Amino acid sequence: MSGRRSRSKQSSVSSITDDQITDLVSKLQHLIPELRRRRFDKVSTSKVLQETCNYIRSLHREVEDLSDRLSQLLASTDSDSDQAAIIRSLLMQ
Amino acid sequence: MMNTPQQVKNPSTSLKSRFITRFLGALTKINAEDPISSPSPTRIFQRYRRIKVASNKSMAYSVRSRRIWSRAMLSRFRSRRSAFSGRRSSVKTTNCTTINVTINENKTAKGGLDMQTDELRELVPGGEAMDVCNLLDETAHYIKCLTTQVQVMRKIVDFCHLSK
Repeated sequence: MSGRRSRSKQSSVSSITDDQITDLVSKLQHLIPELRRRRFDKVSTSKVLQETCNYIRSLHREVEDLSDRLSQLLASTDSDSDQAAIIRSLLMQ
Repeated sequence: MMNTPQQVKNPSTSLKSRFITRFLGALTKINAEDPISSPSPTRIFQRYRRIKVASNKSMAYSVRSRRIWSRAMLSRFRSRRSAFSGRRSSVKTTNCTTINVTINENKTAKGGLDMQTDELRELVPGGEAMDVCNLLDETAHYIKCLTTQVQVMRKIVDFCHLSK
């Protein structure tokens, strides 16, 4: 553990190559619907990062919105017999 | 862990089914504790929060401690829980030391990229402590899990609509 704190370990930091980062960034690019269409264009790293943040935020909002809808739907649904049916239909595809 | 013949080797399938099982179990519990005939706005809001937490928790538990982001989320839930029960949670100081060292190393290199990733670090659980490679990798996995969450929740909503 103490070895990490010494300055001479800077080589481990710079061994994160630009290629590695480019690979990871392009992997992200494929996950984001906005940018997937522009697969053959050159999208800058900062654009990918920006769109990634936007996408994560929109996913968070969707989870909140769906939770909201579920909370209202559950109020009027009888659960038990439906549960098994839901599980089966969800898992079967 | 028993692998039934039906389970495909594709890890995302079993992650999805683990999430479905957990989340549906949580929904059943929430519904059972809250009788149908109380549609007051306060109750609905409380229910909304419980469902949202259940959704995030179910996903984090389904991923278990295989990912930095899921570990961060799980420890967040645990410290919240012990805060509620009035106990002081013993914070693992070893984690903090590692975190400090990582941040210091980042400051010495790739300053430009660091600034660009600041926003992302706030959105991904545990992001503050990750180096850039981990951050990007964890983000990809986190996004995959979030989309699974949303996909499943949408199906449940649709199903509830259909069964009315």
